[in-house]
Amino acid sequence: MAGIDIQQLEKTYPGGTRPAVNSVSLSVADNEFMVLLGPSGCGKTTLLRMIAGLEYPERGSILIGGTDVTDLPPRKRGIAMVFQSYAVFPHMTVYDNIAFGLKMQKVEKGAVKTREERAAELLQHGPYLQRYSAQVSGGQRQRVAVARAIVMDPPVLLMDEPLSNLDALLRLDFRSELKKLVQELKTTTIYVTHDQVEALSLGDRIAVMRDGNIVQCGTPTEVYDTPTTEFVGSFIGNPPMNFLRGQLHRENGALHVRIGEHDLPAPLALAEHLTGENVLVGIRAENIAPEAHAVADALPARAEVVEPAGSHLLITALVGEQRVKVTARTDFPVAPDTPLWLVPDSRKFRWFDPETRQEITLK
Amino acid sequence: MATTTTAKSAASLPAPVPPLAPRRHPSVRRRLSRGGLYALAIAITVFMFLPIYLIVIAAFSPKAAVFAFPKSVIPRQFSTETLSFFLNSTGVIGSIQNSIIVGIATLLLSLVIGIPAGVALARFAFKGRDAFQIIILSTRSVPVVILSIPLAVTFIQWGLYDSLTAVVLAHTALALPTTILVTSSVFVSVPRDLEEAALTLGCSPLGAFRRIALPLSLPGLTAAAIFTFVLSWNEVFAATILTVRHRTLPAQVLSSLNDSPLYYRFVGGFVLVFPSLIFIFFMRRYLLNLWGRVVR
Repeated sequence: MAGIDIQQLEKTYPGGTRPAVNSVSLSVADNEFMVLLGPSGCGKTTLLRMIAGLEYPERGSILIGGTDVTDLPPRKRGIAMVFQSYAVFPHMTVYDNIAFGLKMQKVEKGAVKTREERAAELLQHGPYLQRYSAQVSGGQRQRVAVARAIVMDPPVLLMDEPLSNLDALLRLDFRSELKKLVQELKTTTIYVTHDQVEALSLGDRIAVMRDGNIVQCGTPTEVYDTPTTEFVGSFIGNPPMNFLRGQLHRENGALHVRIGEHDLPAPLALAEHLTGENVLVGIRAENIAPEAHAVADALPARAEVVEPAGSHLLITALVGEQRVKVTARTDFPVAPDTPLWLVPDSRKFRWFDPETRQEITLK
Repeated sequence: MATTTTAKSAASLPAPVPPLAPRRHPSVRRRLSRGGLYALAIAITVFMFLPIYLIVIAAFSPKAAVFAFPKSVIPRQFSTETLSFFLNSTGVIGSIQNSIIVGIATLLLSLVIGIPAGVALARFAFKGRDAFQIIILSTRSVPVVILSIPLAVTFIQWGLYDSLTAVVLAHTALALPTTILVTSSVFVSVPRDLEEAALTLGCSPLGAFRRIALPLSLPGLTAAAIFTFVLSWNEVFAATILTVRHRTLPAQVLSSLNDSPLYYRFVGGFVLVFPSLIFIFFMRRYLLNLWGRVVR
């Protein structure tokens, strides 16, 4: 078991104009489940591959369990990896696939069998052990890939979008199965995904990446509730966080933010942090209550699109010219092009600088 | 009702082109195109196999039957007289041995050189990679006829003239461009992920290649081997120019067959064609495998 310490890691691919990973530092504690989350091309897979030893950085260092492994080949790092494509060897049976790593380590036969059986039991593929990988389903193949990695009892488990090739239903099943499995294993895990739902549900912490940098790193609740940049807020959450442009102004000693033609209260301290009067207000859909009739402190809006989502309605509404996504109960009376009123919970407002797109932290 | 009848009668005809191509009957159209496909496959097979069949029949008939006309499709008499006479004539058995030795040596040498070259092209992005690929192909644009004379001179200087080594070297040079391009396309079709997975599971780079990439590309490599062997087996010109006494089968018999009676020519043709056919027959499973891969 081992923690991982990454220091100022940098990598530019040959022919690349900007670094794929740009001076990234990250510490992962022993037994921690760390998720690297970001859109495609953000450098998350490159970072993972450098930890695995499949790519080498130009600068920086990687420590696993206190040992500098920056220049070591994958086999000497104490890692196991699950690939996005599964990478199950097609010319071997399921059993041979899972036993492959142990055979390479020259573990004696009896021990291979017991460890193999344990992994097979954990992942429920007893009946398939003698089949070739082409003869089992995609879901089974994914299980084989995971079993092949965990049977090694690796101090560090690396996973590169392991669920992205599964269909939606299987993905949901396997996600909870994976979470349970990793909790039992007590291994340090780094998990790469572009799916924010996966990240929120699996990770102890999430490192959100963009353009080769880690933008924010924190627990799922932290990155969801208190995004430090507009990017994190709009990348995490379904629907993403709403961002409304507003203008600050003082009235009777209190600070207000004007959105469209309506005023909402703003904390006084905000004024110290801004040079102009413009500000971005970030608010999650669940912190906006839709009303069918005009009420106090409400923003008048017009419904643009109404999408039933089974358990709730997703309403895209226009406040002036600005789009806001809110959720409502399925019995909420709304139709496209009808008016509705939005009551935001002003305690949940997050404030962002419209120039830098960074959060304004209030003391 | 009327359209259904037309479609049905159209389906029962072997005509490959559906006259109506009705959108409402996709199954009918599929059945027709399937029938067409089979008809085409059968036509090609007959086209390829008829001459071989006739050669085999003629080779195993008594001399007189070869001249008989009209020919019967099913042979009436069976005789190995001509065949055994041909095989016992001077140099034929020896040249068959030479052909086999040269074929296998060419095959091994071109794989020994071609596999690393193919891996390099498939796996590594190096400077001048595209240029290298074009240069490899362009070597084939120089005709053997032009190459042969300077080659013969060079081999005389090196003391290799009239040796099987000379023929092996020439054949390897002829086969290599194709071998390299085929093997590189075979290795491209083996996903890099698989080798990387092996690396994370404790393999060295060489071990990952040996345990994962090599077994998976074996079918494709077999196809390259077949191609090389058949090329060497059939090659006449270089073999004729570069040797005098140590000739491969085609070089040995082709010129004399020209002046031989018809029945000898059939026997000669049979001996020339048959070994490659056997070779291909045993390897065809792997060939199909390769094409399946490339298509996918």
